[in-house]
Amino acid sequence: MTSGKGGVGKTTATANVGAALAALGNRVVLVDADIGLRNLDVVLGLENRIVYDLVDVIDGYCRLKQALIRDKRFEGLYLLPAAQTKDKAAVNPEQMRQLVNELKELELGDETETPRQFDYVVIDSPAGIEQGFRNAISGADRAFIVTTPEISAVRDADRIIGLLEAEELRRPQLIINRLRPGMVRSGDMMGIEDMIDILAVDLLGVVPEDDGIVISTNRGVPVAGDASSRAGRAYRNIARRITGEDVPLMDLEKKDSFFGRLGQILRFRG
Amino acid sequence: MSWLDRLFKRKTPSKNVAKERLQLVLRHDRMKLPPGLLAALKDDLIRVISNYVEIDEAGISVELNERNSRRSLVASIPVVGTRRKKD
Ligand SMILES: Nc1ncnc2c1ncn2[C@@H]1O[C@H](COP(=O)(O)OP(=O)(O)O)[C@@H](O)[C@H]1O
Ligand SMILES: [Mg+2]
Repeated sequence: MTSGKGGVGKTTATANVGAALAALGNRVVLVDADIGLRNLDVVLGLENRIVYDLVDVIDGYCRLKQALIRDKRFEGLYLLPAAQTKDKAAVNPEQMRQLVNELKELELGDETETPRQFDYVVIDSPAGIEQGFRNAISGADRAFIVTTPEISAVRDADRIIGLLEAEELRRPQLIINRLRPGMVRSGDMMGIEDMIDILAVDLLGVVPEDDGIVISTNRGVPVAGDASSRAGRAYRNIARRITGEDVPLMDLEKKDSFFGRLGQILRFRG
Repeated sequence: MSWLDRLFKRKTPSKNVAKERLQLVLRHDRMKLPPGLLAALKDDLIRVISNYVEIDEAGISVELNERNSRRSLVASIPVVGTRRKKD
């Protein structure tokens, strides 16, 4: 999960897509590759359970299994936290590649779960195009680019797409975040077609601007677990598309109002 | 602008402005050739041209330019002697 520009929603997307993939029955590990600026732990609400981190594993201070935190709310969801006191230079791309390969082969299980390998390793990339980004992509087989509908974010996404191609990570897929349908309608925000047109990549999903994200992040509870949340639904759709399911884009215009629902019921009948 | 737009002082939607500006800036961003490619191109140029004239290898520059929305590769190759000395 990468972007170029910071603050566009990579960490939020990693947490929510991870939770949604786990809810679909997958074994998922989320890797926080933003070394020195650890955040995935707080977004997931797991910050109080960290003992070891990614750099401890790479430096051999602990075994990989010991650093993994199991999320008790989503069965099959694990976190490998970033180090907070080191910086990006503490890890190099070759070490990250090895770590990801180890994660892919690891079998986890205990009295409640039978030993099983991970189905997905989701890596949360730091912003920028330097070593932290290089580390994050070195073990990846697929790339998802998060952007918002703003000039600066789209420009940076374009740069990242070029760099990913040079690294043989072809056909990255786009996640458009914080879309505001009202502004698109009034011509004051680039829409889905505009951005696909400019970036010429495949679309993975669109997440609307949603106050619920702020609230759920305050609580450390991924919005993907909230059945009534629109952003949550968007992340769940993205997760299903990642697994290969063909899921149509959700209608962002539709308000879940009484009349909206009435309309849906009538259309369903008709 | 139509008379209706003028009447209501309607401006071009800001997202159209954004898209146009973005497309322009990306044309520029994307124009940069990967550094490795440029170095290889330079080496090949030196090899081929040295077969015909004697050149100052250190003074060579190769750039991708854009003028009037046409992209062109501009190479400047200082010539030292018109005839390459036979070995
Ligand atoms: N769809 C959204 N709607 C509203 N706020 C969002 C949305 N996505 C992300 N945010 C907010 O934007 C901020 C940056 O998100 P974050 O995931 O940390 O970005 P990044 O990891 O790319 O730096 C956070 O405060 C987050 O809550
Ligand atoms: Mg982040």
